[in-house]
Amino acid sequence: MSFIEVEGISKSFQTSTGTRDVLRQVSLTIDRGEFVSIVGAMGSGKSTLLSLLSGLTQPDTGTVSVGGTVTRGVRNDSAVVFQNYSLLPWFTALENVRLAVEAACPELSKQEQRARATQTLERVGLSNAFDKRPRQLSGGMRQRVAIARAFATKPDVLFLDEPFGALDALTRDTLQQELARLCRDDDRQVTTVMITNSVEEAILLSDRIVPMIPGPPLDCARRTRGVNERAPTTLGTPIPVDLPRPRTLAQLAHDEQATHARAHVIAALTAALGRKRATSPLQPDAASAVLRPVAEEPR
Amino acid sequence: MTKRLVHFALPLFGIALAVVAWWAASRAVSDLPSPARTWEESKLYILEPLSKRGETDQGILLLAYYSLMRVARGFLLGILMATPIGFLLGVSPTLTRMFDPIMQVLRPISPLAWLPLGLVLFQKSEPAALFAIAVCSMWPTVINTMMGVRAIPQDYWNVAKVLRLSRFTTFTKIIVPATLPYMFTGYRLSLGIAWLVIVASEMLTGTPGVGGFLWQEYNSLVYAHILLAIITIGVVGFMLDRLMGMAETKLRTI
Repeated sequence: MSFIEVEGISKSFQTSTGTRDVLRQVSLTIDRGEFVSIVGAMGSGKSTLLSLLSGLTQPDTGTVSVGGTVTRGVRNDSAVVFQNYSLLPWFTALENVRLAVEAACPELSKQEQRARATQTLERVGLSNAFDKRPRQLSGGMRQRVAIARAFATKPDVLFLDEPFGALDALTRDTLQQELARLCRDDDRQVTTVMITNSVEEAILLSDRIVPMIPGPPLDCARRTRGVNERAPTTLGTPIPVDLPRPRTLAQLAHDEQATHARAHVIAALTAALGRKRATSPLQPDAASAVLRPVAEEPR
Repeated sequence: MTKRLVHFALPLFGIALAVVAWWAASRAVSDLPSPARTWEESKLYILEPLSKRGETDQGILLLAYYSLMRVARGFLLGILMATPIGFLLGVSPTLTRMFDPIMQVLRPISPLAWLPLGLVLFQKSEPAALFAIAVCSMWPTVINTMMGVRAIPQDYWNVAKVLRLSRFTTFTKIIVPATLPYMFTGYRLSLGIAWLVIVASEMLTGTPGVGGFLWQEYNSLVYAHILLAIITIGVVGFMLDRLMGMAETKLRTI
């Protein structure tokens, strides 16, 4: 039995015009200590899937279980990092991290909680920013605080929702490397599920990549019954990335196995888009490896 | 430099124009004292602002102080009731639906209507005045606090969920700080209303203060003092608003 088991989860949203099915019958298994990336285009329901996996929202059908227990609500052994940092602006970097430690580890003394928070911030290279408020920090530093907040509670499972999506390319590279290092350094081998729209990022960090396959566009007759412009998203076959660590982007650019994995993922992702690709010149160039929006993400 | 000069000179010029208009009006209406006569008859109150000659015959600062103290108590009572109500309505759509009609009906009721009810309830003028101030001034705080809670971004609620914060911690560490700027806007508006109500309640109950003074001087036909009281009420109200405005901008930066 795998550590994380996702069994046939579906989710739809009620909108003013009807029901929109986002995910249907999604299943996935993840082993303990594994780093799995779920790659998909914007609007394919990635964030919805991550909220379901992390317990922020409940699936309409199906179950998510971690370590043999079914997830109902956010688990106490998990942590989540969001794309938009989600730091509390009225607290300093240290206070933001401490809040997480205090909530997750009430058994520790105040000093121990504080020590845990400072150590984790030091690990992400923020020893000089303890007393800075989020708005005094750059985007990269904010996301470092958010990552520290997640690691500070020593979670068994880490959920990352496009953690580097809002950062510039250079900061992105640095933080990807730091995340890889943090996951490796962690003596307890944290199990990580990352949502991303960057194939390159997925190859750099993951043991396995799961492509999200958006359903085919629906014809008008079926569309009138709801607001589905496309059939619900499903998951493709996981693609293993058997590359030695640490990996670097430069090395991946020429590595044969990486090239193979990349082609594989892009083929899986674009197979479903193919039909539309032929008719629309606005479709993304698959070679760029970053997928553009297909439809608006439901909020 | 010239910009600064204009910055200060223009308001002064405006005030001068208003005084001229006042003077012209006093020429037309025989009972309206001119600016000069108003100053002549009021200077005792202004130059000896803290002297106490009798129950209502006191320096203007002392009178303003009585009124301010009454407002402070009524306002505090008002926001002590309004803030928790605002939070409750903000977090619970059910409660909002339940009480919104009552609130909308109570909100436009004039202080002059609440005061007699206060007198019936409390038998004394002082608690009745506080009651009227509190009940009239609480609504902006209720509504702004409620709006503030509703305006909390989903991100912060997600943080509370993901960190598995207790209800109490969520309240103190997320809801209150996120709502604080809205709350203060409410307080500022509430204080403005409380100051409006004070005059009416003092006039009706005859308690010492700027409003009581105004009514008494009207009854003893000293019209210059009515103008003195009106100007005092305006200036004090303006200063209160400025003070609250400063507190508000301080909080916004957090």
